Amino acid sequence: MNIQFRESSEAASPLTVKTAIADCDIHPARATRAELYPYLAKRWQHHLEVYGVHAYQGMMEGPPYPKAQPNASRRDAYPPEGGPQGSSLSFMQKQLLDPNKVQLGVLNPLNTGQGIRNHELSAALCSAINDWQIDKWTSKDKRLKASIVVGNEDGLSAAAEIRERAGDRNFVQVLLLSRNVEPLGQRRYWPIYQAAEEAGLPVGVHAFGFGGNPITPSGWPSYYIEEMVGHSQCQQSALASLVLEGVFERFPKLKMVMIEAGFGWAPSLAWRLDKVWQRLRSEVPHVKRPPSEYIREQVWWTTQPMEDPERREDLFDVIKWIGWDRLLFATDYPHWDYDDPSRVLPAGVSEDNREAFYLGNAKKLYGIS
Amino acid sequence: MASLIAGGVDCDVHPAVPHLTSLLPYLNDYWRDQVTTRGMVDLISQSYPQNSPITSRPDWRPENGKPGESLADMQRHVLDPFQLSHAICNPLYGVQMVFSEDLQAAFCRALNDWLVKEWLDRDPRLRGSIVIPTQSVEKAVAEIERCATDRRFVQVLMLVMGDTPLGKRALWPIYEAAERLELPIGIHAGSAYHNPPTAVGWGSYHIEDYAGQAQAFQTQLTSLIVEGVFVKYPRLKMVMLESGVTWISPFLWRLHKFWRGVRMETPWVDRAPLEIVRSNIRFSLQPFDAPPDEATLIRLFEHMQSDELVLFSTDYPHWQFDGQEALPAGLTPDLVRKIMIDNPHATYPRLT
Repeated sequence: MNIQFRESSEAASPLTVKTAIADCDIHPARATRAELYPYLAKRWQHHLEVYGVHAYQGMMEGPPYPKAQPNASRRDAYPPEGGPQGSSLSFMQKQLLDPNKVQLGVLNPLNTGQGIRNHELSAALCSAINDWQIDKWTSKDKRLKASIVVGNEDGLSAAAEIRERAGDRNFVQVLLLSRNVEPLGQRRYWPIYQAAEEAGLPVGVHAFGFGGNPITPSGWPSYYIEEMVGHSQCQQSALASLVLEGVFERFPKLKMVMIEAGFGWAPSLAWRLDKVWQRLRSEVPHVKRPPSEYIREQVWWTTQPMEDPERREDLFDVIKWIGWDRLLFATDYPHWDYDDPSRVLPAGVSEDNREAFYLGNAKKLYGIS
Repeated sequence: MASLIAGGVDCDVHPAVPHLTSLLPYLNDYWRDQVTTRGMVDLISQSYPQNSPITSRPDWRPENGKPGESLADMQRHVLDPFQLSHAICNPLYGVQMVFSEDLQAAFCRALNDWLVKEWLDRDPRLRGSIVIPTQSVEKAVAEIERCATDRRFVQVLMLVMGDTPLGKRALWPIYEAAERLELPIGIHAGSAYHNPPTAVGWGSYHIEDYAGQAQAFQTQLTSLIVEGVFVKYPRLKMVMLESGVTWISPFLWRLHKFWRGVRMETPWVDRAPLEIVRSNIRFSLQPFDAPPDEATLIRLFEHMQSDELVLFSTDYPHWQFDGQEALPAGLTPDLVRKIMIDNPHATYPRLT
């Protein structure tokens, strides 16, 4: 978490990382709305100007749960040349990539074409964002790798976008959000998993998104904190759906990354799924093995926001239960709840685990040498 | 398995309403006529399909009728063999699912009266929970006040998935009445299905709904804490029933982190969520959702940093364990005594 009114600073915090790291959750932003227009057909530029974007939620500007800070981002992350936080490559290099020795930075663009009711527009915007990621970011800094964003509610067009980008080493994963019209295990999304598996790309599921469903199974809550905390429950339900619909069974080479939803809940969810599966497995004969096995073999977790127990050793129990080989360090730059790589792991973690946590697991998963 | 001790309190047993016709004697003429004239049939929620393995342990399943509908069976299966001093009856019947507040109120009233006559009057070990018509807060409060004169009602019962998050201010008169009348609010697994049963929409399977109860409890704890229910009603206790327990600590770590980050949004929350849970929230033991090894169990209880959070339950007749193994292996005798006797008595002031 950042200190709210710290002076804008290009330097890292006084503690510095000693070795190279991977940052598996970086959010690049557009400096202006028109920045995407070179990648969009005239029809869609016109559409955006006249009708705007209609997501599966009612507000066209501003969120129904106002964030705690502008753009939910660090106040010290505004680029000197103007534009919102995360919109300048040179400032990102100075503030994040260089001082933290980021060797691999995975871009996860938000506010793309996902969660939009007009599925044609959704596909066009996602394709534009993918082109933009190459032009503005990955072609200009080889440390950065992009995520293929896809029109999530139309599985077939999403699969086509994945196939078009397959083999392009600018991209290291497919990106979905956790909240969609239906739980992510549902059949409408299977073409996405099939195409990703064929392309050898992990599917990242980042917290957030809009699917029209209340963010609790008891209706809409009141506060931003409930939305923030609630993203981990959404992620749990999405992962349970993936397991129980048999997605991992049907796509055994598919790898999935749970991004920015916490990981502390992972062991409990797996234990609970195992327990109920023992009782109710005759309802889901396509789930052939205990759910925890699929999760252990096919799911990775980004670390930010790290859960925050009073005693750090409690969290290490949880990491041990998940496996040190499954965590991927992430800062969430430029968002306000940024985790600082120099601070998240205290002394006492073995060198092997430290290296895996900060860099090794990510390089292996994303195929970076 | 840790050794059970005599005199324990089972905080979650489920007497079943055999059929809607069982409630007819407890409805007035108008409602009795409505039920029969309109051809209303049994109120069975998707949360517990009658023949689902979760709904009844095989050796607790009767040859005929619904699991849990016979007092003699409940006595034979749990009250006697577990040597219980008390068992708290939490009826799970689909009365919360109908949308009319009038109909809901009539059904809740009948259900509560049925519980008194058919169960509480027939075994002195039994205690009851007041089922309330949450479509109308006014009618819910009236039902609490009506039933509370009978001290054998020790709790108010709500479903974990209803119309709105439970912290919402519109519901607070219910909490005011409960605190005033020394009644904890029991929040039980199950949905009124007035919203999709997960926060990401409708899944396909019963197993998905059941596993998803844990996420519903998590969002309700967030709501109850950040809306300030326990600031306003500091003596109010809430009990999460059939919630699972292993998610509690990691959930609170996350909530604590965000509370520190954005507490300016809910400045009335003047204590850490962890402290609020320790003073005001309890959890029933079953279903105990940890792997069956003692080392993990010991760490999980360590993570809770309190031996007062968990209350003994069998979840009868639901199938959560076999034989007499209601207590997971690895609990110390001190902790067993806390879970089975001390913690329930500290939670339910009416339990005498």
